[in-house]
Amino acid sequence: MISHPTAAELSEAVAAFDAEPAVPGDARQAFLARVADNARATLAREAEYGARLEAEAVARLTALLGQTGDFATLNAGLCEALKTGAIDPLEPALLAHLRATAIGQIAIDQPTYGGLAALLDGGGRSG
Amino acid sequence: MDVAAALDHLAPRLSPTATRAINARRLSGGASLETWAFDLDDGTPLILRRRPEGAAMRETALALAAEAALIRAADAAGAPTPSVVQVCAPEDGLGEAYVMRRLEGETLGRRIVRDEAFAAVRLGLARRCGQVLARIHAVPTEGLPPLATSDARGELARYEAIYRELGARRPILEAAFRWLEAIAPPPPERPVLVHGDFRNGNLMIHPTGGLVGVLDWELAHLGDPAEDLGWICVNSWRFGAWKKPVGGFGDYDDLLDGHGGGITLDRVRFWQALGSLKWGVMCLMMYQSFVTGADRSIERAMIGRRTSETEIDLVALMEAA
Repeated sequence: MISHPTAAELSEAVAAFDAEPAVPGDARQAFLARVADNARATLAREAEYGARLEAEAVARLTALLGQTGDFATLNAGLCEALKTGAIDPLEPALLAHLRATAIGQIAIDQPTYGGLAALLDGGGRSG
Repeated sequence: MDVAAALDHLAPRLSPTATRAINARRLSGGASLETWAFDLDDGTPLILRRRPEGAAMRETALALAAEAALIRAADAAGAPTPSVVQVCAPEDGLGEAYVMRRLEGETLGRRIVRDEAFAAVRLGLARRCGQVLARIHAVPTEGLPPLATSDARGELARYEAIYRELGARRPILEAAFRWLEAIAPPPPERPVLVHGDFRNGNLMIHPTGGLVGVLDWELAHLGDPAEDLGWICVNSWRFGAWKKPVGGFGDYDDLLDGHGGGITLDRVRFWQALGSLKWGVMCLMMYQSFVTGADRSIERAMIGRRTSETEIDLVALMEAA
């Protein structure tokens, strides 16, 4: 379910970086090495929670749309319903799904991102 | 062309007491635009901004001569900017380029938001940002180089078209497009000069002098002044200090008061949400350059995973609506 990039693409990018010869003292490469470390940590979190988050998302989408299918089908259906206006963007049941989706994905991508604390705090109202 | 040699040749025209340029070094920066720091032998610290010949321009980016003209106009209107010393001619051998004074300070948002050295200056910074933006927004638009004009609906349509082109399926972004379309404010009666990228990273902050320079005018255009106020409130530029909506260092009231009180918080919050949405689409675009092979770096791949930070911010904003 996690995309842009998928875990496979991210693994490929990490492997490509690891295959490059190290240039001691190069600032750009030092920066990219930190990015690669972050990517490995992201992949580890995705391996740990990704399948559970997808199963939970499928259950929510099934209830929200009244349809069955795999994650990709249901997610595409939701996008279409939002695009055509069949679902109002501020409908509470939709927002509950979007909230859970956002929390799950940030737990994989950037668990320390301040937006998570803000959302849990109702920070949209103050910040 | 050897940039250092060209700068050396140019040196006597950059300062009457200089004979040569020294210490020329390229700073990190974008692929299409280069930034060089150098000094003159009379001690003058300078910056060169140049577009190498053949480098592609971003669709919305200004020509460097136009950028220099805007900096001069903002300077004349009392906004802090690095003074433009020279707009380079073709015979200078530097391509499209201009030279400006090098300011002392820090642009790294993480340091500005967290370091003790900036604690005192942080207190008044949101108000100061409002004041500086008011100066920029008051620049007389007659006599400026030709600039694009945009408004809320136009920006939404532009970014939605990019999003559709990418073929991504992100329900939060879909919902945000529809929500913002429904509440988009009408264009201002009179479009003003908008900086277009006023945020941490493009603001030179001095530990005692505060905001001493507004940098990177590449995305300047005519439009809604609330766009600039909203952009600096996007959570992605708060560096973890999410309780301080203005750049991680200040509050809405100070920003709005500093600007003069003519703009409502609702209008700023609209542009803040549109800013998060735009940044989310930009992250997808940068990831796309990894997919297409234009840039296979791990950096390009990983920025796609920053889309989710804009999504969590958009959910918070939609819940509060």
